[in-house]
Amino acid sequence: MMVTKKFWRQGEPYVWATSLALSLILFMTFLLFYVVLANGIMVFWPKKVTLATLTDGGHLLGEIIQDEKNPATGQKRVQFKIGNRDLYGLDFKWVDEASVSNFSLPPDVYVLERQEHGNFYGSLQELRIPGLVLPADKKESLRAALDAILPQRAEVAEIDRQIALLNRQVESNNNKLARLRYHKQEKTPSAAALQEEAKKLKIEFDRLVVLLGSKRAIVSANEAVMVDAGGQEKTITLANIVRCYQPNSMSWLQKCSYYGKRLGELLFAEPRESNTEGGLFPAIFGTIMLILLMSILSFPVGVIAGIYLREYAKDGYLVKMVRIAVNNLAGIPSIVYGIFGLGFFVYGVGGQIDQLFFPEMLPTPTFGTGGILWASLTLGLLTVPVVIVATEEALGAIPPGIREGSQALAATKFQTLTRILLPIASPGILTGFILAMARAAGEVAPLMITGVVKLAPALPLDGSFPYLHLDRKFMHLGFHIYDIGFQSPNVEAAKPMVYVTTLLLILIVLIMTSTAIHLRNKMRERFSVADL
Amino acid sequence: MSHADTAIMAIDNPQVAVEHLNLFYGASQALKDMSFGIPQSQVTALIGPSGCGKSTFLRCINRMNDLVEGLRIEGLIAIDGENINDPSLDVIELRRKVGMVFQKWNPFPKSIYENVIYGLRIAGIKERGVLDQAVEQSLKRAALWDEVKDRLHQSAMGLSGGQMQRLCIARAVAVNPEIILMDEPCSALDPRSTSRIEDLIRELRGEYTIIIVTHNMQQAARISDYTAYMYLGELIEYGPTQKLFTVPERKETEDYITGRFG
Ligand SMILES: Nc1ncnc2c1ncn2[C@@H]1O[C@H](COP(=O)(O)OP(=O)(O)OP(=O)(O)O)[C@@H](O)[C@H]1O
Ligand SMILES: [Mg+2]
Repeated sequence: MMVTKKFWRQGEPYVWATSLALSLILFMTFLLFYVVLANGIMVFWPKKVTLATLTDGGHLLGEIIQDEKNPATGQKRVQFKIGNRDLYGLDFKWVDEASVSNFSLPPDVYVLERQEHGNFYGSLQELRIPGLVLPADKKESLRAALDAILPQRAEVAEIDRQIALLNRQVESNNNKLARLRYHKQEKTPSAAALQEEAKKLKIEFDRLVVLLGSKRAIVSANEAVMVDAGGQEKTITLANIVRCYQPNSMSWLQKCSYYGKRLGELLFAEPRESNTEGGLFPAIFGTIMLILLMSILSFPVGVIAGIYLREYAKDGYLVKMVRIAVNNLAGIPSIVYGIFGLGFFVYGVGGQIDQLFFPEMLPTPTFGTGGILWASLTLGLLTVPVVIVATEEALGAIPPGIREGSQALAATKFQTLTRILLPIASPGILTGFILAMARAAGEVAPLMITGVVKLAPALPLDGSFPYLHLDRKFMHLGFHIYDIGFQSPNVEAAKPMVYVTTLLLILIVLIMTSTAIHLRNKMRERFSVADL
Repeated sequence: MSHADTAIMAIDNPQVAVEHLNLFYGASQALKDMSFGIPQSQVTALIGPSGCGKSTFLRCINRMNDLVEGLRIEGLIAIDGENINDPSLDVIELRRKVGMVFQKWNPFPKSIYENVIYGLRIAGIKERGVLDQAVEQSLKRAALWDEVKDRLHQSAMGLSGGQMQRLCIARAVAVNPEIILMDEPCSALDPRSTSRIEDLIRELRGEYTIIIVTHNMQQAARISDYTAYMYLGELIEYGPTQKLFTVPERKETEDYITGRFG
């Protein structure tokens, strides 16, 4: 009796409950990290390609993805990624282990990563390369051939680039014309000059298209004849091959170099195959730019509003209402912000901007449609309340003696604020901002209706005037995860990419927040008044 | 008041003249009809039991009370003949003339150097030479120079309590005020730091008018030229320290002083 009383009085069960809650949270966090990391980190490591000889005489060639007990028969079965989508129609295949007579790792089997139709698994039969002489050694020849046509491919890419550039010129020219037409000035000399220019551009465009066609034809004349596991022949033009490798005979070093190349592609290249292959560069760029833009737009507003509420507003009924509203704003589901952003920013503000500044383009909207500016403003709405509350609390936590000390030295309220109070409050403000930023960085729902797209034709920041295109739509890692994970036609093939993208998004958020935390800690060290 | 004539000494040409000062926090009156003069270049001590309004009075002199909501002042406070509550008077100018050291030291989270010259920077002084000189001079005045001269650019937060308080004094001295208000500057310090600050006050005497609030009778006796005894918002007795501590005019004063001593 005594013992149990003491037990309860000392609050042991509560201590346990708190530690249990903490460990549960830690466990969930680590589990999430583990799952993402374990699945994401090895995606680019070249897997061995296994040849399965079936008891009925057939063959399967591909990467073993997983094995499990067949729920229907209770027998062990293996899932192969067999690729060759253009031959078989599907990338993955289950086989019962019992129906396989032999597994082997043929050393000279090739994996071809292609622009289209996913991977090809098979062996090389013949190279058809008009006008190019390659060393006779067969093992090296496919790689050598790919290297040899690099200059040709570069030429094609260069023409592609020129055409894109030309397209932009045509577009801007058309916009200018549309503006003149809108102002009923199509008969003026400047309009005539523009029309002249348009004609010139058209001629140049046609020339480039013809040139592109001929160069393409030259490149695609280079072909490799491949054979799949069943002996079926497939002719693949070399231009369609992104990369080739022979995983079963690769050394550890070669695998590392392959991994590095894939990582580089991930970070710096454009996506292919409806985003399930290739790089994530536009999405990474969009995500970072969105967060930065959101910060630039929302941070000062939040800080200023917080300062006003704490330092200048008379402590009355109105301020109390504002405070309650601000505190509750943080609890509104983000999709509601998205809808507000769509209605207010996109249709309201954007529509007005179009009416005022781009009437010649209507009914095609310029700012009256989703874009990175509206998306970041919408996310800004999400972060502003947190920053306001953090600013207010950080200012309120400063010992009053500091304030008086400054004013007693003949500093005005404003000087006290900027020279003494804000530096002291900055760590607290930043803490709030970090939390808000982390939340905003992971938001997808409000973006989906304010300007994120599956595939954006151009980055919101590029070399063409005015460099920063705030009206453009953008790509985002969070939306990318949703899109390839749940919207792509080939979900199974996209799975590794989902993990990689998730990992990348987590890393970006982690890097951004830890930079901010580092900065915060430095400031905390520098401006701490904890000893007073 | 009838006793005022004998118990409250009249000062010729006071630097701070207080006439019929009444102060209200909302409805409650904290200062009641105070009238007296504080002489120039002397140390004047304010004593009295807790809550009698010493701090409140002190904060009237540099208008720190402006920050308090619901506060109302009647009567007159004049410095060098100028009514400090006059609407045309610039409170910033006033505070440049009247420095203040608080009970709880309040250095800014900046370097020692920046702390000392804060008032000068606020006043718009930028010349490196002037600032350097002000730092050395003020820190020497505050008897802190030898301890910190090698780490002027380190944070002031690394100093000890006594050092921080002396830094605050240096900071107040740096802008060259005419009057320095001190609200129990030693109450949170150990005896050694206290005696250093007392030395300092003695040294500043003659150059600055110092008004100091203290709970320590010996301290008041040691350092001040004049002493004012306050009780429940009223000024009971005011006169030369020597006289007030040896032959007080009023019974209440005697009770308070002896009560504290005994
Ligand atoms: N901001 C305020 N609002 C309302 N009343 C106040 C305020 N500041 C002080 N008072 C009241 O005014 C009276 C005088 O206070 P004051 O701080 O001047 O006393 P003090 O003599 O300095 O006391 P101590 O020796 O304890 O510092 C006290 O009754 C106090 O409660
Ligand atoms: Mg006090």
